[in-house]
Amino acid sequence: MLKLTDVTVRFGAFEALTKVNIEVKEGELVVLLGANGAGKSTIFNAISGLYKPAAGEIEFIGKRVNGYSPDRMVKEGTSQCPEGKKLFPDMTVQQNLMMGGFVHRRHKDQLKTSLEEVYELFPILREKKEHAAGSLSGGQQQMVAIGRALMARPKLIMMDEPSIGLAPLIVEQMFSIIRKINESGTTVLLAEQNANAALKIADRGYVIENGSVVLQGSSKELFHNDAIRQAYIGA
Amino acid sequence: MGKILNQRTVIAVLVIFALVFPLIYADNRYVLHVMTIGFIFAISVYGMNLIAGFTGQLSLAHAGFFAIGAYTLGILTTRNEMNFWLALLLAVLLTSAAGLVLGLIALRTKEHFFAIYTLIVGYLIYLLIDKWDGLTGGVRGLIGIPIPDPIGPLTFESATSMYYLVLAFLLLSIFISVRIVRSLTGRTYIAIRNSEELAQTLGINTRINKLVSFVISVAYAGLAGALYASLTRFIGPDVASTNMVFNFLMYLIVGGIGTLSGPLVGTMLFIWLEQFLRSYQEYHLLIFGPILVLMVIFFPTGIVGGFYKIKAKLQHKKLPKESKYFNPVPEKSTEK
Ligand SMILES: Nc1ncnc2c1ncn2[C@@H]1O[C@H](COP(=O)(O)OP(=O)(O)O)[C@@H](O)[C@H]1O
Ligand SMILES: [Mg+2]
Repeated sequence: MLKLTDVTVRFGAFEALTKVNIEVKEGELVVLLGANGAGKSTIFNAISGLYKPAAGEIEFIGKRVNGYSPDRMVKEGTSQCPEGKKLFPDMTVQQNLMMGGFVHRRHKDQLKTSLEEVYELFPILREKKEHAAGSLSGGQQQMVAIGRALMARPKLIMMDEPSIGLAPLIVEQMFSIIRKINESGTTVLLAEQNANAALKIADRGYVIENGSVVLQGSSKELFHNDAIRQAYIGA
Repeated sequence: MGKILNQRTVIAVLVIFALVFPLIYADNRYVLHVMTIGFIFAISVYGMNLIAGFTGQLSLAHAGFFAIGAYTLGILTTRNEMNFWLALLLAVLLTSAAGLVLGLIALRTKEHFFAIYTLIVGYLIYLLIDKWDGLTGGVRGLIGIPIPDPIGPLTFESATSMYYLVLAFLLLSIFISVRIVRSLTGRTYIAIRNSEELAQTLGINTRINKLVSFVISVAYAGLAGALYASLTRFIGPDVASTNMVFNFLMYLIVGGIGTLSGPLVGTMLFIWLEQFLRSYQEYHLLIFGPILVLMVIFFPTGIVGGFYKIKAKLQHKKLPKESKYFNPVPEKSTEK
């Protein structure tokens, strides 16, 4: 479904990504592991069209999508749930969710079902739908961010560190919901530092360091890899 | 429900007040004139609010567009002796067209670069008017701009009739602003104000949306400028001056940038303050300056925004922390 071939991204003289090769098949849940500054978000932003690769190819559902604008990519079927929640703080929860459905704005019925689905996934959001999004707790804001990304009805959803800053119990809930989203048919690309939790739900993973893929494999392989255990799992 | 009724009542009272005002001051041309000027400036500030307050792009070319509207009407009605209403329409259209062209270029820049660029554009418009003697009359200005042509039995010779005409345009302008802001389009603008990148990743074409918002804002300026020309009957290059744009900005900030009633509150407050402080002339800046600074620090969304914040606090509502803006009346139309 998604294929990055030798993707390189530069910011001025600084090379943030060097010949990155990543593939995600339809229906998979794939995780990108890596420390802060490794280049995970940059990979997402290159896919979503915010950053233009200096070299390499990005293919999405059989189409070359290099240089597509971000809004075009959403129409193609990607949706990004950005790092650090990033809501529209002065809109209500429901307005935030509806913004996520922007590309389907002319299909009112579909928006209604999508909204219903999101509220089913996160019942607390229904209760808080008229609250200003910026007034919610961290975990609830993350739910809004994920819900908003789902409102676009993406084929591929990219979630950038959804567990960051959340209490352990909430992290567990969040990951089981991500699993659920994947099981209901949406392909998921996840960026995480929390390797332990992420590898439990992912099918496969890539380890990113200094803008390059240094290791890849099934979740099982990565979970038992000594280097990873040392670097990310701490056991 | 109580809240909505409450708000409706306030609006009804204000509209009724505005309607009966000329009856109270029927023989005081000065008071009516000041009110009418205030309404005209408010129309312009509503436009500025749309691009700067709701879309987050601080345009400082607003007085320039105000002047384009004023001069278009002035030139067409004096030189070409065109019908007022046709000239008014053309003034709005021409200003919008100028906004479209300049906006296409201006919106390639972001944030403070956009503010600086538009400031320069505004200044260039001023220079153009000042130097193009043959067309604009240069520093001498344009004199003898006619009052609006009568519509059937309606004539616009008295101060009262001009007052009502401008009031009608003001109400229309406010109505359009409210409709835009409370719609998905308005939320699209607010999304762009919050974060352009985020808006893009939700599938919003930010370039087109910013451009449309800019053109609408400029159309407001053009309309206001044209009405101004017809009211004062005389215009000079200073309608395009940076002084003018900073006045608009001051009305907007003090009234409440990014709020729906802020432009009206700020403009009417200052229009009357300026009248009262007239005898102090340049000293009035000594008073306005510090007010502005304190306002930006303590009430970044002005009198109206501050009012809503205090009200929300009294009702123990939680406010968003990351944003100075606060959407006090979420419209109900999202779930239908
Ligand atoms: N817009 C940008 N401009 C300049 N440098 C950037 C930009 N975005 C990311 N970087 C740099 O690229 C590197 C990778 O960052 P990022 O992709 O955010 O890492 P991660 O998401 O894995 O924490 C970092 O060194 C970061 O400073
Ligand atoms: Mg990151």
